[in-house]
Amino acid sequence: MRHYTKDHEWIEVAGDVATVGITDHAQEQLGDITYVELPEVGRAVAKGDAFAVVESVKAASDVYAPLAGEVAEINPALDENPHLVNEAAEADGWFVKIKVSGAIDDADLMDASAYKALLATLD
Amino acid sequence: MAKSAAPDPSTTATDPSGSVPQTLRRTALFEAHKAAGARPVPFAGYEMPLQYSGIMAEHNATRESAGLFDVSHMGQMAVTGAGAADWLERLTPSSIANLPEGRARYSVLTNEAGGAVDDLIITRFADRFGLVVNGARKEVVADHFSAHAMAGVEFTFLDRALIALQGPKAEAVLQPHTAVDLAALSFMEAVQGEAFGVPATIARSGYTGEDGFELSLPNEAAPDAWRTLTADERVTPVGLGARDTLRLEAGLCLYGQDLDETISPLEAGLSFILPKRRREEGGFLGAERILREWADGPARRRIGLAVDGRVPVRAGAEVFLGEDRVGVVTSGGVGPTVGAPIAFALLERAAADAAEAGAALTARVRGKTIAVRPSPLPFVPARVKRKGNP
Repeated sequence: MRHYTKDHEWIEVAGDVATVGITDHAQEQLGDITYVELPEVGRAVAKGDAFAVVESVKAASDVYAPLAGEVAEINPALDENPHLVNEAAEADGWFVKIKVSGAIDDADLMDASAYKALLATLD
Repeated sequence: MAKSAAPDPSTTATDPSGSVPQTLRRTALFEAHKAAGARPVPFAGYEMPLQYSGIMAEHNATRESAGLFDVSHMGQMAVTGAGAADWLERLTPSSIANLPEGRARYSVLTNEAGGAVDDLIITRFADRFGLVVNGARKEVVADHFSAHAMAGVEFTFLDRALIALQGPKAEAVLQPHTAVDLAALSFMEAVQGEAFGVPATIARSGYTGEDGFELSLPNEAAPDAWRTLTADERVTPVGLGARDTLRLEAGLCLYGQDLDETISPLEAGLSFILPKRRREEGGFLGAERILREWADGPARRRIGLAVDGRVPVRAGAEVFLGEDRVGVVTSGGVGPTVGAPIAFALLERAAADAAEAGAALTARVRGKTIAVRPSPLPFVPARVKRKGNP
């Protein structure tokens, strides 16, 4: 099941591993992405940690960890082709896989329709 | 995902001052930008388009064909009176007395301490000087002019639109819309004539390093001119984002970043604005410091930086020579034409000299050390057009 955060990240949970990326809305706001700085595999992240940075032609923007855990894998394709985030933010442009510690705190996560409703308020 | 790690006044999506509501002005072209899907941001007290189709696409369109910019937020002024040239020579280190009619000059308004009040373009017309100052500096410039008023010299702001058409196809695009022979106009020349059926001032100048024109038009005529130009398939509307990447590649200063009230024109690498007569005679605000810097060298120097790797080094990043902090990045980002991160840095002169002689420089970005190298400016060669230069 796919969840979304108010900070415009998406999370796809399978077992105890969560794949994390930024939403299509986020990539559109950022514009042309030229570099993605990802955390090291093995790094422990707390919910809310600034754990990645997206550099666009416009600015550098922090990405916050939507849940706690340990970075299990980073998307190797982004090093070669950061523009993949612009092209497929919610698919091939994923950022990291996080091995989740404990139960996922989903109190502030949204489903697709709630996230869509949030976007509608932003225009 | 929302917070910017390196806020840039030209690209911040919300008012950086926070909760204080601010009334933003709109140019005559606001509705045209909105219709074109532009994303408006506060800039220089105006709601201005950050981008239309995307910064990279707009940047490349300007380099390859023609980009159209609304720069109506800038301050257009007229200075009149018999002593106007003398007065402008008091306020700038430039040679204004010998500026021929129809010629424009880039200069800096200096303060008593030799820093920059603003950078501007001064053009001589038959009956006046035309000035274009930065939008964010209009009030400061007006106060500065009042504080240094000269009897018989008057200045006034003109409420007009200003649009820039920049790129290798600019002349071909614009020519059908004016009786002015554009081929006869050289870089940094201006004429008053007619364009789009209304009185217009046409200058061959810009802020991109490309050939191009800046047109001052009556506000009410601007939307039609904008629509006519954007209907041309060779023309792409360009926002503030690409305006910044274009000027960075062209090596051009942005006031508030590369120039401010503490940075002298010589520190900013603008020694070309100070001609021999003014060096010998002085007589401008800040001459004491600026002439001393001319003789002994300035304390700091703006240099271009090429960045190794792909991490952009942005304004505010500290620059090191070995362990020593020797300066700060004043502008930086990714140069779409260069295809790599580029920056300007203001460095202690000895460090700038050492780096140009081969000493290794680094910049610190988010705690990481990034190798940077001095680069000649501009990063992308200027392609402006002078007479006899096809």
